[in-house]
Amino acid sequence: MEVSLTVNGQAVTSEVEARTLLVHLLRENLGLTGTHVGCETGYCGACTVHVDGTPVKSCTMLAAQVEGAEVTTVEGLANGELHPVQEGFWERHGLQCGYCTPGMIMTAAGMLADNDNPSEDEIRHGIEGNLCRCTGYHNIVRAIEYAAAKMRGDEPAAPDWEVV
Amino acid sequence: MYPRQFEYSAPASLDEALAALANNPAAKVMSGGMSLIPMMKLRLFSPAVVVDIGKIGGLDSIEDRGDHLAIGALVRHVATANSPLVQQYAAALAKAASLTGDPQVRNQGTTCGAIAHADLAADQTAAVLALGATMVAKSTGGTREIAAADFFVDTLTCALQPDEILVELLVPKAGAGEGSAYTKLGRRGGESDYAVAGAAAWVRKTNGSVDAARVALTGVGSKAVLAAAVGDALVGSDGSATAIEAASAHAAEGVNVLEDLHGSVEYKTHLAKVYVQRALTAALT
Repeated sequence: MEVSLTVNGQAVTSEVEARTLLVHLLRENLGLTGTHVGCETGYCGACTVHVDGTPVKSCTMLAAQVEGAEVTTVEGLANGELHPVQEGFWERHGLQCGYCTPGMIMTAAGMLADNDNPSEDEIRHGIEGNLCRCTGYHNIVRAIEYAAAKMRGDEPAAPDWEVV
Repeated sequence: MYPRQFEYSAPASLDEALAALANNPAAKVMSGGMSLIPMMKLRLFSPAVVVDIGKIGGLDSIEDRGDHLAIGALVRHVATANSPLVQQYAAALAKAASLTGDPQVRNQGTTCGAIAHADLAADQTAAVLALGATMVAKSTGGTREIAAADFFVDTLTCALQPDEILVELLVPKAGAGEGSAYTKLGRRGGESDYAVAGAAAWVRKTNGSVDAARVALTGVGSKAVLAAAVGDALVGSDGSATAIEAASAHAAEGVNVLEDLHGSVEYKTHLAKVYVQRALTAALT
């Protein structure tokens, strides 16, 4: 079967099986390997992309389900310059091995689109569907706080390593 | 991890979807797919035909119909959780929806889908039991209403027939003196993930005394169940902390508590009491 959708602003049509998962359409048919495959059971969130602006797990959706939808992957997030969340992960070292990073970034971008002033508690619950097996959550939370400040037009707090 | 091959259809109308089910005894309905797709990937379940109702218009609304709310088949968990109507009139369901899965799952999965899936540790199943909700099932043969108390048959088994779609959920609106709440211990601690044990409570107070109460448990047995003895014990009381504690002691009475990876029978029995007490306290606040 064929699916037609918009991926990162570009109209695409691709031949898939009924059982093809969205993440495989993105990675294998379209070569967008920024979206990662982690646990395969819907727990880890490494495969998070936006479908019609909403973060979802692309390993737990059929490619057929996104017929006609607008999909944004981590490759499509920057608009000439880094998205504030990407900048936050860069500036606050929000990663160790980097495997969970694309999913974390897409989840955080979705969260901040709804609420650009989340509490630390809201951020931690907001990334509940994303696992970091390096357990680097502390800096991920700081990275998202950095991005939220940027999106509000505020000055981000100084990095933890400069606070004595 | 790919599911086994299957035939996929995404009908544009409910009538077409019902016809597809009537014509294919091996077909399975999919709404958000948050439970079905993982099961298919793990090959625990391999339907020959998947009928995706996700493209059908008009099934995603939450309507106020006077004495009850109607929640359509495609209302996502996030929409149930954030709906001012559900929060005001069926607080236990809004809370249970807000604690279902994780943010991405709540964005894609549906309230009716989770109820039809009937996981033994789901959240909203307990809420609809305590709220005395009604499921509306449709097939090409007609429409029937199923009370929540008759809906959950066993683990992953509900009263829907293979050719039926749960088209909407009817939830009585809380009136004066009525309140409801849902609380749980999640498998990942706090309230995260499926319930190790969870309790939903609905209580009505008239002239200072409790004249009706319904409590339901999830995660402790093979399915979400009414804890009838708690309601019986609470009715006639003043709903005070003492009365709640006394009623909560009956939480596991008549309930077939089962051991699983997350706890022994003794532990789950204890949690049932703790969470029933918390749910009742919140419902009466």
